[in-house]
Amino acid sequence: MTKDLWKGNEAMAEAAIRAGVEAYFGYPITPQTELLEYMARELPKYPGRVFLQAESELAAVNMVYGAACSGVRSMSSSSSPGISLMSEGLSYIAGTEVPAVLVDVMRGGPGLGNIQPSQSDYFQMTKSLGHGDYHALVLAPATVQEAVDMTYESFALAEKYRTVVVILADGAIGQMMEPVELPPWRQPLTEAERPDWALRGANGRPNRVLTSLNLTAEGLEESNLRLQARLAEIQQHEVRWEEEMTDDADLVLVAFGTMGRICKSVLRTARRNGLKVGLLRPITLWPFPSERLHELAGQVQRLLVVEMNAGQMLLDVQAAAAGRAPVHFYGRMGGMVPLPDEVEEQIELLMREGTTRPYAAQSSANGKLPSLPTRVSHPVEGSRHDNITTY
Amino acid sequence: MTTLPLTEFEVVYHRPDTLATITTHYCPGCTHGLIHRLIAEVIDELELRERTICVAPVGCAVFAYNYFNVDGCEAPHGRAPAMATGMKRCQPDKIVFTYQGDGDLAAIGTNEIIHAAGRGENLTVIFVNNATYGMTGGQMAPTTLVGQVTPSSPTGRDAHMVGLPMHVSEMISTLSGASYVVRRSVHNVANINKTKAAIKTAFRVQMEGLGLSMVEILSSCPTNWHMAPPDALQWIEDAMMPVFPLGDYKVTDAVMPLTKRR
Amino acid sequence: MHEEIIISGFGGQGALFAGQLLAYAGMDNGKYVTWIPSYGPEMRGGTAHCTVVISDEPIGSPMVRHPSAALTLNLPSMEKYQPLVKAGGLLLYNSSLVQSQATRADIRAVGVPANAISQEETAVLLGTHGDARLANVSMLGALIEATGLLTLEHLENALAAHLPERHRRWLGPNGLALRRGAAIAAEALGAGVPTS
Repeated sequence: MTKDLWKGNEAMAEAAIRAGVEAYFGYPITPQTELLEYMARELPKYPGRVFLQAESELAAVNMVYGAACSGVRSMSSSSSPGISLMSEGLSYIAGTEVPAVLVDVMRGGPGLGNIQPSQSDYFQMTKSLGHGDYHALVLAPATVQEAVDMTYESFALAEKYRTVVVILADGAIGQMMEPVELPPWRQPLTEAERPDWALRGANGRPNRVLTSLNLTAEGLEESNLRLQARLAEIQQHEVRWEEEMTDDADLVLVAFGTMGRICKSVLRTARRNGLKVGLLRPITLWPFPSERLHELAGQVQRLLVVEMNAGQMLLDVQAAAAGRAPVHFYGRMGGMVPLPDEVEEQIELLMREGTTRPYAAQSSANGKLPSLPTRVSHPVEGSRHDNITTY
Repeated sequence: MTTLPLTEFEVVYHRPDTLATITTHYCPGCTHGLIHRLIAEVIDELELRERTICVAPVGCAVFAYNYFNVDGCEAPHGRAPAMATGMKRCQPDKIVFTYQGDGDLAAIGTNEIIHAAGRGENLTVIFVNNATYGMTGGQMAPTTLVGQVTPSSPTGRDAHMVGLPMHVSEMISTLSGASYVVRRSVHNVANINKTKAAIKTAFRVQMEGLGLSMVEILSSCPTNWHMAPPDALQWIEDAMMPVFPLGDYKVTDAVMPLTKRR
Repeated sequence: MHEEIIISGFGGQGALFAGQLLAYAGMDNGKYVTWIPSYGPEMRGGTAHCTVVISDEPIGSPMVRHPSAALTLNLPSMEKYQPLVKAGGLLLYNSSLVQSQATRADIRAVGVPANAISQEETAVLLGTHGDARLANVSMLGALIEATGLLTLEHLENALAAHLPERHRRWLGPNGLALRRGAAIAAEALGAGVPTS
């Protein structure tokens, strides 16, 4: 099979179309917009499939919710600030136990932040995607090919477990081009294949209801228990990770997504320099490969977590290591990407001094809290309601 | 006393097939149940039950999906038009309606209803305006009247502080994708009949694929208004109707013939 | 083989497309490749750059701090990347727009009169003056010549395969600009005739 050069965002869109996605709803936001644009261009070419640009991410996720309740393969995509808006709808989707796929092409935060690649949505995606007790199944691609394969597979996973599946990419994966082998075509569901809970009209059967509401505590606990049982099944069957050169490693790097692939460069240099470094790259961030990390922590001298954030996956690694090996951290924030030489320097530091050195926070180096930059705003004159008349 | 044989009776009034045979949770004197019935009668008469999907709101009508014998779901607060958009776009052969209160549609969900209307979604929106947040205990809504006392406007709605009541039908009628926008009331029999006729037209608009249809219905909330049910109905006429005039705010040329059919 | 190349210029100079062309040529010849652009506001009229990695091995980091080669299409790009090129690496600069010379002694630097080449090669189709649209491709020719990374034929094949349909008539001039860039590099680096 021949490969072609694909931009990550567009490749994920094409993979979803090949997986039989029937409905896409989204809102433009950098750095994921090419995914939406690709869908706008390509999806209407297939009869019966739906593309719609929503008025907000809030509306987009609820359109997905409506399509999902119809038993239709549906998805959305966004980037960090948009995901925050979607968390309401995602919680409802999880509570209603309907399948949906979401791509998050992460950018720097908090707030409007910037549009550079970042991994600072890790907490949000793995721990707190919305209110209530639930988790999405979170897949973190490190290459465009992996992003394609994950997107393709995500629909089957979402349908199997009736849950939200998230492809957690970042600006680098979304924007970069790599050779890709596309998956084969899969047809959308036929009417007969629609799930037996889908709302398609009560024609010749009792009417169906899909809701996340259950006003009795006993009743809601029961649906929570059902949800938890399904999550436990995901934890049992879907944990994925990749390991490289961990067999004889003294130090194991732990990194996901873009940072995971960058650490492969680090690994090669370190090995060339005679350092026994290995890599564990979590592929599912929820469920997290905790058991394997626990094992590894018993074998190695140190773990070094590297992330494009302030240390979020770090907490999961610490919990998994459970004190069996020291867990060190190096990270950059705000869209800065730790490059191989930077990580290599930290490894040398670790070997020499037993500690990493956080990226210099210059403004707080003297031990005092840095002062806030001042901005002057000009108040608008006059009151809003000067001209109001009353009935 | 003589008993007539059963065949002598004519059924002149029965529970619509579309209305589920369970007791609603609505307060005594509330007009939600009445509006449910009107919708159910219309769905029966148009023979739409087997292809209709109801999108319930957050608010007093949150359990609306339990009261209709049609497929139903429950949207996040205010998002019913977006959720219904997702359903209708994927199942254009179905009839999808949202049932929303004034807190749901006119406050938290303004963005969703405006853009659904702007796009001309083929949806039917039943908008129940009772000038209050009923479910949470009668707080001030965007439709609460000036001077109306509520738990969140304890000295009466002050227009200088929170503005005037919002006129949703008037606003939606300015959008090109909305083809049928009317305001009705259920405070007496004549108006109940007019409301039913409007609901029927609204569903017909969707059947013909003519764009968004919305029926705003002035409705009573005796519990939160602290009134006896008859007084509450009278208050609709005396206090609400001057602020929210009944009428047809938008009936496009394409819709006009549908309003004449019974 | 493992080359890390940064291509940089004003928006509209074709830095991103030149990078894609290089990536296509690498991929079509069995190499691992990555192409990653600068994106966002800086694309709009400001400088645009991309990083291309071409390797015999699966690629780890698609981003680099110290490229093995930098193709700089304007002065700001040259000023930014000259200090960053790896020792022993290659700096190509557009001498049509950059008057100054490279200052580092530990890298190979070649000035390519890329705009001039382009103007001459586009004049045939455009009339009297020609324009600078092929400057990017002439720089690629110099890169191929100076590094031995791929061949000119690889690039020509990639052009034939990936030049957008509406630009087909530029295929011939592109090939000429590519070879002239290569000739400049060959002469500057004392290699005589361009390899083909």
